[in-house]
Amino acid sequence: MGEDSKLPRRAAIARILAERQDTLVVTGLGSSTYDCAAVGDHSFNFYLWGAMGSAVTVGLGLALAQPNRRVLVITGDGEMLMGLGALATVAVKRPDNLSIVVIDNEHYGETGMQRTHTSAGVDLAGIACRCGFPQTATIRRAGELDNAVSSLYRSKGPVLVVLKVSPARDPLVLTPWDGALLKSRFRQAVLGAQVA
Amino acid sequence: MRRAAREDRGVEIGGNRHVPTGHAHNWPKLIFEKLREFQVRHVTYVPDTGHAQLIELCQAADGMEPTVLTTEEEGIGILAGAWLGGERGVLLMQSSGVGNCINTLSLSKVCGFPLLIIVTMRGEWGELNPWQIPMGQIAAKSLQLAGVIVYEVTEPEAAAPTVEAAARICFNGGLAVAVLLSQRMLGTKLFKD
Repeated sequence: MGEDSKLPRRAAIARILAERQDTLVVTGLGSSTYDCAAVGDHSFNFYLWGAMGSAVTVGLGLALAQPNRRVLVITGDGEMLMGLGALATVAVKRPDNLSIVVIDNEHYGETGMQRTHTSAGVDLAGIACRCGFPQTATIRRAGELDNAVSSLYRSKGPVLVVLKVSPARDPLVLTPWDGALLKSRFRQAVLGAQVA
Repeated sequence: MRRAAREDRGVEIGGNRHVPTGHAHNWPKLIFEKLREFQVRHVTYVPDTGHAQLIELCQAADGMEPTVLTTEEEGIGILAGAWLGGERGVLLMQSSGVGNCINTLSLSKVCGFPLLIIVTMRGEWGELNPWQIPMGQIAAKSLQLAGVIVYEVTEPEAAAPTVEAAARICFNGGLAVAVLLSQRMLGTKLFKD
């Protein structure tokens, strides 16, 4: 499949986040954070700017602590590859309110566009499926997004959806990166103003 | 930080552990009670003989959420997420896992997440397996370099009071604190059937 036929990442993430309502969102470092920032900053967003490999585990802890809310992790293929074991840990815990989107451009966009393992055929949705995720999908066309969006917000999780996107680079859209601020802002938004 | 060795006459337990005589065998139960007192709910762990009894107590406890990890740094992320959702946790590991955690500890440091870690030591005192010694010898210093406050425990009677002190500054101060349980109190794996 040619790269022209792959999804544009910003439009795909905008489509997904348009239906977030009160979903809690955790983003992996790099372009995944910029894609979410391009949709608009939100106090229910927690952006990782480092600790590579941690997006899914942060999402897991949050999903376990907030079982009545949907938690959506949005990360990239490079970050997901660094924390593959976390997919096994999530599958064992089976939080039914956790969904993961992997924006897979098959490249390390932050470090010079070197190819990732997914460009050689490593199948992240297949790995999640074999770990025991009840819902997994790999999406290559815009027309397939509607079903994926429904699954991300409404299916019994854990859900993992891989978006095969174009490696084209979009303009940088930065978020705050003061970790203490992001943490306290998120906690106050979710738990109430009395928490620090 | 280090204390002089006590006289260690020693006994074997189960044929495969060598532990000092006359110590309080109920330290895991006392640590467990401290975790309950501090409303620790999420118990993330990598399986370990030294933590086995504490893990079993947490697994059997109402309202505790034990999560077994594939590698130690997963626990740092899970506990950060749990704190974002308003809940507390602890990370149980062996000293060999400290090195796995170093970059991920930046999450706790930069964001001010509380992180309570209880580490059972290997490669630190009378270790038989030479492969455990390199990490065991640098575990405390590595944690300190990464910004973690380190309390070392060599006497079983001091374990629960040290966990209490660690939990207090951890959860009130938004700090990473590790309690290191020495092989002097845990005993040494003897590699016998």
